[in-house]
Amino acid sequence: MWIYEKKLQYPVRVSKCDPRMAKFLIEQYGGADGELAAALRYLNQRYSIPDKVIGLLTDIGTEEFAHLEMIATMVYKLTKDATVEQLEEAGLGAHYANHDRALFYNNAAGVPWTAAYIQAKGDPIADLYEDIAAEEKARATYQWLIDMTDDPDLKDGLKFLREREIVHSLRFREAVELLKEEQERKKFF
Amino acid sequence: MHSQTRVYYPYVSPFDPCPPMRVKTYVVPPNLFIQFQPPGLPQFSAPEALRHGVLWPALYSPYEGRDRKGRERK
Ligand SMILES: [Fe+2]
Repeated sequence: MWIYEKKLQYPVRVSKCDPRMAKFLIEQYGGADGELAAALRYLNQRYSIPDKVIGLLTDIGTEEFAHLEMIATMVYKLTKDATVEQLEEAGLGAHYANHDRALFYNNAAGVPWTAAYIQAKGDPIADLYEDIAAEEKARATYQWLIDMTDDPDLKDGLKFLREREIVHSLRFREAVELLKEEQERKKFF
Repeated sequence: MHSQTRVYYPYVSPFDPCPPMRVKTYVVPPNLFIQFQPPGLPQFSAPEALRHGVLWPALYSPYEGRDRKGRERK
């Protein structure tokens, strides 16, 4: 179970009315390397991974949901007061037709999220390498998103999220190192 | 050479419906232990290399599969 704190992991501020940016940010909401995919990937893999690294997957998977909330807040702020005309100009006409201003789990091109984005191979090394790759892809996505905005407040939140991907990648690589260690074979009678 | 198999002992609950599998294994292939292959590693003979799928014994990873009861085959 989880305990919910009614605040964001890091404050989200958006200072420029820019619904166009919402369309791009949604990539980290419902895209292949986005926060939903990350959270669901880690929290699911932890059942069939050696006990040593279950806690790490729980912690990082939980943090990814905190990131998901931050992205949701950014997208919400960028779209909640946009007129239909502005949404259309921002390339969100199709989104409006389907969802009004509701958020939805799709990528920047409007493709809905699918479980096919994530994997659980059962092999702990394969799973952790997938996780490392996912973190690097998310870091890259944040870089391209930072490139696309000149809003210093939005950039600040995105830089925080990018840095977390770097930390997570290292933690997953440390997990691989733990799994490489030779363990004494215990005897059961 | 060290073993390419690691074992762990998953948590077993007193309320698990199936008889517990107390020992689980996974493979740590040799590529995990080589950061960048050094030059001049010992080599298999050409026919041996073909059979193993690799020229260098240091990179060879045998896998015989698990039997249907989940045990490793030797
Ligand atoms: Fe992450």
